[in-house]
Amino acid sequence: MSHLRRPAPKELQPVSFAFTPENLEKAKKIIAKYPEGRQQSAVMPLLDLAQRQTEGNWVPTVAMDYIADMLEMPAIRVYEVATFYTMYNLAPVGKNFIQVCTTTPCWLRGSADVVDTCKKELGIGVGETTEDGQFTMIEVECLGACVNAPMMQINDDYYEDLTPETTKAILDALKKGEKPKAGPQSGRKGCEPMGGPKVLKAFCGCGAAPQDADASEGDA
Amino acid sequence: MQAKGTPDMLQDKDRIFTNLYGFQDFGLKGAQSRGNWDGTKALIEKGRDWIIDEMKASGMRGRGGAGFPTGLKWSFMPKESDGRPSYLVVNADEGEPGTCKDREIMRNDPHTLVEGCLLASFAMNAHAAYIYIRGEFYHEASNLQRAIDEAYDAGLIGKNACGSGWDFDLYLHLGAGAYICGEETALIESIEGKKGQPRLKPPFPANAGLYGCPTTVNNVESIAAVPTILRRGGSWFSSFGRENNHGTKLFAISGHVEKPCTVEEAMSIPLRELIEKHCGGVRGGWDNLLAVIPGGSSVPLMPKDICDDVLMDFDGLREVGSGLGTAAVIVMDKSTDIVYAIARLSEFYKHESCGQCTPCREGTGWMMRMMARMVRGEATLDEIDLLWDVTKQVEGHTICALGDAAAWPIQGLIRHFRPEMERRIKEYRARIAA
Ligand SMILES: Cc1cc2nc3c(=O)[nH]c(=O)nc-3n(C[C@H](O)[C@H](O)[C@H](O)COP(=O)(O)O)c2cc1C
Ligand code: SF4
Ligand code: FES
Repeated sequence: MSHLRRPAPKELQPVSFAFTPENLEKAKKIIAKYPEGRQQSAVMPLLDLAQRQTEGNWVPTVAMDYIADMLEMPAIRVYEVATFYTMYNLAPVGKNFIQVCTTTPCWLRGSADVVDTCKKELGIGVGETTEDGQFTMIEVECLGACVNAPMMQINDDYYEDLTPETTKAILDALKKGEKPKAGPQSGRKGCEPMGGPKVLKAFCGCGAAPQDADASEGDA
Repeated sequence: MQAKGTPDMLQDKDRIFTNLYGFQDFGLKGAQSRGNWDGTKALIEKGRDWIIDEMKASGMRGRGGAGFPTGLKWSFMPKESDGRPSYLVVNADEGEPGTCKDREIMRNDPHTLVEGCLLASFAMNAHAAYIYIRGEFYHEASNLQRAIDEAYDAGLIGKNACGSGWDFDLYLHLGAGAYICGEETALIESIEGKKGQPRLKPPFPANAGLYGCPTTVNNVESIAAVPTILRRGGSWFSSFGRENNHGTKLFAISGHVEKPCTVEEAMSIPLRELIEKHCGGVRGGWDNLLAVIPGGSSVPLMPKDICDDVLMDFDGLREVGSGLGTAAVIVMDKSTDIVYAIARLSEFYKHESCGQCTPCREGTGWMMRMMARMVRGEATLDEIDLLWDVTKQVEGHTICALGDAAAWPIQGLIRHFRPEMERRIKEYRARIAA
């Protein structure tokens, strides 16, 4: 990315980092996905693993150094990768990391209202974190869910078909420590039109041929 | 070949992605009940040339945006190894604004992709494939990984895949937020553990791609359609759509329609029919339509009069100065601030430029700043021509097509909405004069 992304200042940087034994196992499995001598390919997944392990959901510089050692690559190459890809947080973020998509398809359906609702309900501006460290809110580019616009991502979950009301309800639930149901907030299941699929009805449990459709399967 | 578009709505029996809406089990059992993994071994036994010939006969053109014929692309891969392995890389980066079709395949019908990877890799003499999926698709990646694990456990992939004697490994690789990694050589760099910056071509990936080895990069939809095409025959696929524009296709319709959705339809369906049959029409009726971006953010918009009868395929949209791109249809009604709608895309391209070449790095910034002023009318009339010139200096002068993608939406705006841009400038100038 051409805009500046720099590591957090020294005061915030921890002095050491190591994978937990569990993550070390995962790291070994990740490295094994790539051919002999191509272990550098594992740098992105390992940065992700490090971020998930770190309090505050970010990648400290020591973690980059640790990964560089593990993959036998120069630390500068790891810094380059960590600063290039926007999903690596270079400073701590709130427990609920809110990314509101504001690209044109979401904007056409009211993403500005979603941003405003977040600002108002959380008392923060774009790019800021609440004082209690519970919420950080940023604007991001298209998250690939445009027929369910407007939408936002909170940690690993997409919240779609948002209105100011449903946005507020999600934030209220999070404030209470609850986990609101992810996905479209409008009542539809996914990318079918509102009111039910117009095609593939037999495959959706809503047409002629009865299906023992298992709609409850979650993500592993 | 059908003479004019498609007479009727595509029938469910001819839809490839029957669990598109995710009402059924996405896992192996569900997939098999929908006909996936049926006779895969026999397809492999028909041999490499047969597969490539069927793909050629199907008329499939790549679904990732550029529309390059898939069978032809595969035929560029070396038939015999010179000692280097060959790779298939699947592009699941899905970042072009408006585009959200591959997501549905991966979370709801992932076995179509896993089986497609096996067949395509076999056809290209590749024993391994990587699927590069955008990092934000956490749940999509988790469903897809489950499908891969199931396929390994059932012996469908891995050693002696499907009992065919062919060994095949399939790996998932997650991105981490960079639209440019959708460009195929940037994607390869990214898998190699580097910044995602596009490479100069040649060499083309078929000669030197991933790890310097022969590589083909294909879009998710292109690959996931392969098993059905091979089972039903290339001529089945080519029976949909006009000459040179064949097949069924996922369309994602967003913006100002009553019911935004993703749907598999026949190629060459009239745009108006697509919107009215599947999306409940334009908000406020067809006459309330202002413009449509028919193929993801990088193709030029079309004003309503073109939308009235344009056909949704590669040639139809190219003839009217736009493109099918990713078939992500972004609909804008008359309430839209059309200049802002495009200015916001200019911001996107500025944000996503990898900064490697000067015309793109500097040009996207220029275009973004000028567009921001155009929204408010803070410009002079001749700056519209200047803006046009800037787009022409970027277009065709960069390493990858992101430069073109940044230029085209603005060109479309100037071509079709110049009076609106002029109106804003005149109003602004009248205001400051007063
Ligand atoms: C800036 C840029 C972004 C792209 N993003 C994607 C993408 O997200 N997914 C995709 O399949 N192709 C994308 N492409 C096109 C790929 O470079 C490539 O043409 C495509 O993956 C080939 O697959 P196909 O032949 O099956 O269409 C992008 C191209 C450019 C220039
Ligand atoms: S055109 Fe833009 S995105 Fe593509 S290589 Fe050049 S600077 Fe990078
Ligand atoms: S524009 Fe928001 S998800 Fe695509």
